[in-house]
Amino acid sequence: MERIKCVRCPLGCMLKVKVTKDGIEVEGNRCPRGEEFALQEIENPMRILTTSVRVSGGVLPLVSVKTSGAVPRDKIKELMDHIKSLEVEAPVKIGDVIEKNVLNLGVDLVATRDCDEK
Amino acid sequence: MKRVEVVVVGAGAAGMAAAKGAAENGAHVLLLDNENWVGGILQQCIHNGFGVHRYKEELTGPEFAERLKKEIPSDVEVMTGSFVHKIFPEEKKLIVISRRGIEEIHYESMVFATGAREKTFQSLLIPGTRPVGIYTAGQAQRMINIDGYLPGKRALVLGSGDVGLIMARRMHLEGMEVIGVVERLPYPGGLRRNVKQCLEDFDIPLYLSHTVVRVEGFPRLEKVIVAKVDGKFSPIPGTEKELKVDTLVVSVGLVPVKKLLAKFVDVESGILVSNSGQTSVDSIFAAGNVTTIFDLVDYVANEGEKAGKNAALYAKGKFEGKRIPVKKGEGVKVLHPKWYDPSDPLSVYLRVSRPMERAVVRIGKYEIEAEDLTPAEMVHVEIEPPCEDEIVVSVTEV
Ligand SMILES: Cc1cc2nc3c(=O)[nH]c(=O)nc-3n(C[C@H](O)[C@H](O)[C@H](O)COP(=O)(O)OP(=O)(O)OC[C@H]3O[C@@H](n4cnc5c(N)ncnc54)[C@H](O)[C@@H]3O)c2cc1C
Ligand code: SF4
Repeated sequence: MERIKCVRCPLGCMLKVKVTKDGIEVEGNRCPRGEEFALQEIENPMRILTTSVRVSGGVLPLVSVKTSGAVPRDKIKELMDHIKSLEVEAPVKIGDVIEKNVLNLGVDLVATRDCDEK
Repeated sequence: MKRVEVVVVGAGAAGMAAAKGAAENGAHVLLLDNENWVGGILQQCIHNGFGVHRYKEELTGPEFAERLKKEIPSDVEVMTGSFVHKIFPEEKKLIVISRRGIEEIHYESMVFATGAREKTFQSLLIPGTRPVGIYTAGQAQRMINIDGYLPGKRALVLGSGDVGLIMARRMHLEGMEVIGVVERLPYPGGLRRNVKQCLEDFDIPLYLSHTVVRVEGFPRLEKVIVAKVDGKFSPIPGTEKELKVDTLVVSVGLVPVKKLLAKFVDVESGILVSNSGQTSVDSIFAAGNVTTIFDLVDYVANEGEKAGKNAALYAKGKFEGKRIPVKKGEGVKVLHPKWYDPSDPLSVYLRVSRPMERAVVRIGKYEIEAEDLTPAEMVHVEIEPPCEDEIVVSVTEV
């Protein structure tokens, strides 16, 4: 039996996961997403990445962003390097897509706050 | 001079929710904040993990702030860039300083929601030089996430609360070398999920039962000396280790910002309130991190909304306010609220005094079983107890 912390939400349930012939058995999850998480965590851990992108001509030098869905954990380094090379122009609105399908990962890079023009 | 029914001091999650709660109950509301924006600490918390309970969705800090802002009815008057300088509870008035000058505001009731500030490195009284390169986690967070530059190249984090863990990951992702997180307790101070996704995911070591004993270097930080500690947090001689870093990020806890009111209302570490948000002074309500340090913004927003609602009822002469004592029993380190007022359900928030695998939480006559409790994670239980003389809350390991 393996103990895995579910990171899908801040409740952070301690999942007790048993790998069986037919898949996995999960205990300790306070919602169904925990089971889904345990399966994924064993097969291919995924994370949402939050960071920021440089803005030109804005009231702030940066605008915070997130991936619209989870990406494989081992792609995070590559993704960060790519995001550091980006620059957007103000104004940026919360929810704006900064880049579609980043690195072909099937998720978009989305702004999580407004940044007005200077 | 200005006259309002409910004045809300601080426009973080607690204050915004309070403004909403008060306005929805028919009050004329003024919301004040000294920053030039609303949202408080949320604006610099760009990671996700906010709003799972309230919005059933995982948002980043600024997104949560935006959501909550949209819920504030448009007749609420919002004044940013407005610093509350002094409060006169007996005359029900306060003094605000802003670009427009000094203004006097008269109110019927107030919701105080000024949040918390970080404990500083200075307050830890650690020997050594006082070089450049020592920052609180919040300062480092603001530098990286809002101003857009890195505090240094090679960092050590002191304190494993959520803020420290999140900053360790943030600095690592931005290309700094994070050589570890040091924690004097034998268990991590932050949420389990953050230990996993901020440290374990990136192989950043966590040194439990360790502390910083000295810092060296001038004008820039060069070395941090850490040591193991015993059960009383005293460094154990002979266990010292020298770590070469140019940055020390200190995240050793938050302190409620209660100074403006501390002379007038009952306080312990934060401002004491009932489950209805009322302080020991009838016309003053309080909510959020100024009352106790909450893990989740969802809790903060719910408590804020309730305090706002009751402040509006009070302003209209429809709120009485009872204070049945809620007392700490065994196994409880932090307990909130201080009093029970039967006009609202009793939302109890507590932190256990040590990690427990299985436990029974007792709130007066109620018993709830719980698993995997640690002091780092707040337990939240909502019940509607009958009126008693007092309610004792305890947690017993089974
Ligand atoms: C780094 C960090 C990470 C977190 N991560 C999470 C997470 O993943 N998930 C989650 O749910 N929660 C998280 N939290 C917790 C949550 O964000 C906070 O508990 C919540 O936002 C606090 O809200 P508040 O309104 O009490 O305080 P604040 O947001 O601090 O608001 C207080 C406001 O009062 C204003 N103010 C103070 N004094 C005055 C004055 N004299 N005059 C006028 N205005 C004044 C300040 O400017 C500020 O805007 C995190 C907190 C931190 C610090
Ligand atoms: S199992 Fe559900 S409730 Fe528990 S941490 Fe995961 S997502 Fe959150």
